[in-house]
Amino acid sequence: MAPRPGFVLEVDGSTPPVLFHHGEGFRMERLPAGRSRIIYPSEPLPGLPDPDGAIRAALENPIDADPLRAQMFPGMKLTIAFDDLSLPLPPMRRPDIRQRVIEAVLDIAAEVGVDDVEIIAALALHRRMTEDELRHAVGDRVYDAFAPSGRLYNHDAEDPDGMVILGRTGEKEHVQMNRRAAESDLLVYVNINLVAMDGGWKSTATGLSGYTALRHHHNVDTMRRSKSFMDQDASALHKSNWRMGDVIKASGPKIFQIETTVNNNTFGASGPLSMLQKREWEWSGRDRATFLGMQAGLRRLPAGTKRKIFQSWRSPYELTSVQAGEVEAVHRVTTEHVYRQQLVPVEGQTDILTMGLTYICPYNVNSIMNPILVMCLGLGYFFNLYRGRPLVREGGVLIMSHPTRREFHPVHHPSYIDFFEQVLAETTDPIEIEQRYEKSFAEDEWYRHLYRTSHAYHGVHPFYMWYWGSHALSHLGRVIVLGGDPRTVRRLGFMPATTMADALEMASDVVGRQPTITHLHNPPILMADVH
Amino acid sequence: MGRIPDPRALVRRKGFPFIAPPVPASVALPVRRPRVGVDFDTAWAREPGARVVRAALHATVVEATVRVMADPTVLGVDRLDGLDRDTPVIFVANHFSHADTPLLLRRLPRPWRDRLFVGAAADYFFPNRVAGFAAALGLNAIPIERTKVNRRSADAAAALIDDGWSMLIFPEGGRSPDGWGQPFRGGAAYLASRCGVPVVPVHLAGTERILPKGASFPRRASTTITIGSPLHLGPKEDARKVAARLEQAVATLADEATTDWWQARRRAHAGTTPSLEGPELVAWRRAWERTAAERRRPTGRRWPNV
Repeated sequence: MAPRPGFVLEVDGSTPPVLFHHGEGFRMERLPAGRSRIIYPSEPLPGLPDPDGAIRAALENPIDADPLRAQMFPGMKLTIAFDDLSLPLPPMRRPDIRQRVIEAVLDIAAEVGVDDVEIIAALALHRRMTEDELRHAVGDRVYDAFAPSGRLYNHDAEDPDGMVILGRTGEKEHVQMNRRAAESDLLVYVNINLVAMDGGWKSTATGLSGYTALRHHHNVDTMRRSKSFMDQDASALHKSNWRMGDVIKASGPKIFQIETTVNNNTFGASGPLSMLQKREWEWSGRDRATFLGMQAGLRRLPAGTKRKIFQSWRSPYELTSVQAGEVEAVHRVTTEHVYRQQLVPVEGQTDILTMGLTYICPYNVNSIMNPILVMCLGLGYFFNLYRGRPLVREGGVLIMSHPTRREFHPVHHPSYIDFFEQVLAETTDPIEIEQRYEKSFAEDEWYRHLYRTSHAYHGVHPFYMWYWGSHALSHLGRVIVLGGDPRTVRRLGFMPATTMADALEMASDVVGRQPTITHLHNPPILMADVH
Repeated sequence: MGRIPDPRALVRRKGFPFIAPPVPASVALPVRRPRVGVDFDTAWAREPGARVVRAALHATVVEATVRVMADPTVLGVDRLDGLDRDTPVIFVANHFSHADTPLLLRRLPRPWRDRLFVGAAADYFFPNRVAGFAAALGLNAIPIERTKVNRRSADAAAALIDDGWSMLIFPEGGRSPDGWGQPFRGGAAYLASRCGVPVVPVHLAGTERILPKGASFPRRASTTITIGSPLHLGPKEDARKVAARLEQAVATLADEATTDWWQARRRAHAGTTPSLEGPELVAWRRAWERTAAERRRPTGRRWPNV
C-alpha cells in the first residue's frame, strides 16, 4: 500500500484520546470535540532500494557540477566535512548514511590517488563528538583509517590558528571557516537533511564556522524575522547563510555538496515503539498491550534509566534521496524531497496549539534534555514547523507537554546551568538577555576551554537556544507546560499545569472559553503548510 | 455486603488504550491487505532451520507414506544425465491428486530434489497463515496466482530459479476434476524462457486412484512417474506455443506409460498421441471413455489356471 499522506482530523465524540510525547514517557489526552483538530504526519515514504548504488550514481552524475572523480587529482588537498551528531534525530541505525557516503567518496579518492585527505565533524559550536559517536556516524572502517593519525577530528571553532575569515557579506556579516576546509582544493560536504532548515549553505557557513560569524544570524532579530526558519523563502536565517554562501563561492574553497534525505520512519513499522507512528484508532491489541506495559514500566523506572533506554533507540530511517554537486542546485532538490515527506496542508490558524515534546532534541543526543532545551524544542523547533503562517494565531496559547525537570548534564551543558541560574533568574526577555549577557558567556575562557577540550557545548550555546524560541515568544500570548515541574517552568517564564483540563482553563484567560485547538502529532516529523 | 464490581466494566471505564480505540467518524480505516495468498512471505522456509525440519519430515513421515500408499515406479531418470547438475530446472507434471506433490518431492532425482520449491495455488494453499505456514514448511511452496496474471508471483519464482532453486509446477493450474487432463497454462513456459533454464516434463500415473479430487480418504494404489527429456527453450519463444509443446511432451510420456516407448515415439512422430485432455464429449461420456480400460479389466477374485 502506498504511504498515506498526512492529514487533519477534526475531533468529534468518537475520537480516541490522542498521544502526547512527554519526555521519556507519554500521555494520552482527550481533546474537546467540535473545536479541536489533530495534524497527523504522512506515513514513511519508501526508501531507495539500493542506497549505495544511488550514492555512486549521485557522485557520478552531479547537479551543475563535474563528476566527483573529475574534480579529484593526485597531490590535491581533499577535506570531507560531515553533519555532526545533531542529525538525524533520533540517531539512525547502522550503517549511518554518512558512513555510506564518505566510504563512496573515499573509494573514488583512493582510485584517483589522493593522499592528503582529512575528515571533519562540522559541529560549529556544538559539543565534540566522542569516539563512539564518530564511529557510529562514519563507520569503523573510516574511523580506524583516519582517526588514529589525527585525520578525522572534530571542528574547533575556537582554535585561533584553525579558523580563517573569508570576507564579509553585503550586510557586513563576517564569513568564517575552518582553515583546513578553506584551504583545501576541494571540500566535500556530507549532509543529512532531516528538516527543511538543514543543508545548503548552512552546512558550510554554519557547520564549519565560529562565533565571529554565527552571531550575525544566531540572534534575536534574525530569528524574529524568520517566519519560519523552516521556510526558506521566509527565513532571515536562510538568507543570511545564503549571503555567506556568496562569499564562500567567491573566496572560499571549491565545494562539492552531497545532500541526503530520509523518510520519517522514526519508530519503525514493527518493534516496541511502532505504535508511536500509528494513528491511535489503528493501534492493534498488541500495540495497546505494549504501550500499557511500557507506561507501567516507565512509571517505576528512575529518570536516568529511562533516559538510557530512550537514548539507545536507533531509528530505522531509510534514504529517500541523495543528490550531489553545486550547493544551491542540490539544495533545491533536497528541499523538495523533505517537503514531499513532511508537508501537511492545514487550513487556517488556531487559538491553542498543543504538542507533546519528545525525549530528544538536536542538542541532547546521549545527554539530558534540560529546561532550556525544552523551551528550544517547543518554541524553537516544533513551533516553527510551519510554512505560510504559524499554526497558532498571534496572541494565542501554546500548551506543550514535558516533565521539564531541573536537570542538566554537567559535562555537556555547563554554560546552560549558569544560564538557567544566573540569566533566567533575572529575565527571560531574549533581547535583554542578548544585550546584557551574551558576550560574557561567549568569551568566557572556562567555557571556551571546556568546548575545546571536553565535550561541552560552547558558552554561547544556551543563548542561541533561547533566541531560537524568540519568534514564538513574541508571537504567543501564553505558554503552558503540561506536566512540567512548576518551579522550573516558572523560571522559564511559562505556566505549569498538571492536567490538560487545567491547561485549557489557564488558556481561557487569553483565548476565551471556546477556543479552537490544534494538536501537532509530531514526531514523526511533519511540517504544517498553513493556508 | 457490597456488590463485586464487574472487571470488564472497570476496564471499559478506563477507555483507550485499555480497550480498543473507537474510530473517528470522519476517517475511513485503510483496507488492510492480509499477508496471505500471493502476499504470503515464504522466504523463511528456505532458511537453514526450516530446511532441516523439512528434510527430516520428508525423510520420515512423507517417505513412509509414499512407500505405503503409492509404491512408485520411476522411469526415465537417465534422460537427465546430460544436464549440468548445478543448473536449476523446471519440472512440469500433470496433476490428478494431492498425492502428486509429496510423491514427486520424494522421487524426483537428486540433486534437483534437494533444492526444489513448488508453485502452489495462492488461493488454495495460502488462504490463511496456518495453511500458508504448513504449505511453505512442508512443501517449500510459494504462492502462485492462478486466477489471473500476476507479476509478483512470476518475479518471486524467477528470483528463486535465478538463485539456483529448481521448481515443480503443475501447469494445469489445479487437480483434474474428472480424471482427464486440462490445458497447460503458459506460466512454466514463461519462467523457463525468462530464466533460461531447461524444462523437464514429468508424467504421473495412478495417483488419481490414491486421492482424486473430492475424495476425503486416500487409498493405496501403485503409481508410475515417467521423466521426459529436458526441453531447452529460446528466450523469445511464445509462452502459449511452448505450453502446448510441454503438454504434448507429457502426453507422449503418458502414452509411453500406458503402451511402450516405441509405440509412443511412433505416435508422437505421426501426431497421433492421445491427448491428455480426453475426447471432447459430454461429461458422462468422458467419464465412460476414461474408465473404459478399467471396465475391461477383469475384476473380482481370479484363480490361476492350473
